[in-house]
Amino acid sequence: MLNHTRSLIRAEAERLLARFADAGATQVEAAALQPAETLLDLYGEDIRARAYVTHDPAQGEMMLRPDFTVPVVQMHMHEGAEPARYTYMGPVWRKQQPGSTRAPEYLQVGFELFARDDPAAADAEVFALFHEALAGFGLRAATGDLGILMAAVDGLDTLPRRKAALRRHIWRPERFRQLLDRYSGKRPVPPARAALLQAVQTTDVDQLIAAAGTPVGLRSRDEIAERVSALQQDAAAPPLSGEQVALLEAILSLREKSPAALAALRRIARDMPAITPALDLMEARLSALTERGLDVDALDFEGSYGRTTLEYYDGFVFGFYAEARDDLPVIASGGRYDALTGVLGQGRSIPAVGGVVRPEFIIALKEGQP
Amino acid sequence: MTIKLGVPSKGRLQEKTFAWFRARGINLRRAGSAREYAGAVEGVDGVDLVLLSAGEIPRELAAGRIHLGVTGTDLVREKIPLWQEKVEVVAQLGFGHADLVIAVPKCWVDVDTLDDLDAVAAQFRARHGFRLRIATKYHNMTREFLRAHGVADYQLVDSQGATEGTVKNLTAEAIADITSSGDTLRANHLKVLSDGLIHASQAALLRSRTSSPSARERAALAALRNILQPG
Repeated sequence: MLNHTRSLIRAEAERLLARFADAGATQVEAAALQPAETLLDLYGEDIRARAYVTHDPAQGEMMLRPDFTVPVVQMHMHEGAEPARYTYMGPVWRKQQPGSTRAPEYLQVGFELFARDDPAAADAEVFALFHEALAGFGLRAATGDLGILMAAVDGLDTLPRRKAALRRHIWRPERFRQLLDRYSGKRPVPPARAALLQAVQTTDVDQLIAAAGTPVGLRSRDEIAERVSALQQDAAAPPLSGEQVALLEAILSLREKSPAALAALRRIARDMPAITPALDLMEARLSALTERGLDVDALDFEGSYGRTTLEYYDGFVFGFYAEARDDLPVIASGGRYDALTGVLGQGRSIPAVGGVVRPEFIIALKEGQP
Repeated sequence: MTIKLGVPSKGRLQEKTFAWFRARGINLRRAGSAREYAGAVEGVDGVDLVLLSAGEIPRELAAGRIHLGVTGTDLVREKIPLWQEKVEVVAQLGFGHADLVIAVPKCWVDVDTLDDLDAVAAQFRARHGFRLRIATKYHNMTREFLRAHGVADYQLVDSQGATEGTVKNLTAEAIADITSSGDTLRANHLKVLSDGLIHASQAALLRSRTSSPSARERAALAALRNILQPG
């Protein structure tokens, strides 16, 4: 990268940082080296394929920060006052796909808002701020709401265990689909499971485990027996109804301008009232956006948006795209992550919403270069 | 300059590689004593034998420091990102068969598929407070396989040898390792998941796509390929 381009990116990052500071945010710093354990626990093994892992003789496995969200949330949970607005700027490091020409080190500028009251107003504040800071670049905004999807899963008329499994895989669309097919009876029970269910009808589960061989490993006999019993309950439970699957699919395939999307979701809610509180929040957010002068009639909403991001967003999600430049990935993105603060807060939690911008792509867009 | 052919420096893989070439009229032999890592090639001109650890052959091929090499396809996939761009499979050699598989304790009567493994990983994490551990030395292939199949709530722990013993030693709950007969797995009270085959490996003769041979070297390479694959 040319030094000239670097300085343009830096200047753009500083402009965004100043804009976020003007919006009332305190500028915060974060260490480049983060303990790997926290990130692994949060993101799972996949993060190892994305983040650079290194080793400290005393502190053990460390990672070059793959984003700012975790350190900023930790900082807030330890020393923050409420409500709080933070902004930050600095490099993050992510391994790119083999063969990719994208830089593994790049600047991120972000804004995070921690506030207990009025989530709709907080969502609208953050989205409007990004919208305004990115005005003039001809970007298209995409929005979604994982809170609606989660409420829909929670509202299914089926076993709590099935709902928990579906919720866990909201971010893995393929496995989500497989589970849905299994629970609705579209996909047959695998032969080995059918054989097990047959066997436990006549033989005690302890005997089955004993007959299977010498027990090894940390997973206990109790845990095995508990899951066998869960599989029996699952087999005895009625399949998820076709109507319920259809409602879920209607949400997932929804792509409309926001007001039409809300109207469609309200129709779905007649048969699936569990999503109504999430829809009330969406409606309040659209009102708050309108009050801030945004044209919600032109704002795209996708029922599946946010399902392929890192799995901590659990409400409103958004991204800004350069439509004319399909070689550029998302230029800014963000969303609500209420549950993450609970995971990192050791018992305490606070609703939070925020986002990040990749200034290098704004420069690429301005310069007309890849 | 000559074409460099990298062959495993010892063991059955070397013996079988020598036999495979011999059957095609090319005699590979070690120079000097059995301990000296140098060799000679008879039956074709302009080819040098380089004896290397099988684990290093993928790296040398990817870097273009050797033109041809014999190693397991498992090592190629594990050690060379975008391996298809870096090496070409000239021939599958029909020996050195080994499957990279996911195996779990036999006593897990409730587990037969990746779907089960994923459900157990969720249960295990909720119960024990940490992610279910899978011991392996094939980190890249295992991670990619589990990601593609939507398995969550696990972690990989490194095991460079005696991986089958990690479950009994309580340092892992499951393993991803190579097996040929399955005897070692069975002896350690483990079973393979029915859909847990990550890769069926065998020894292969590979050509580096990154080396830039001279005209003379290209001629030697063509002559060798002609002998190995007539027509």
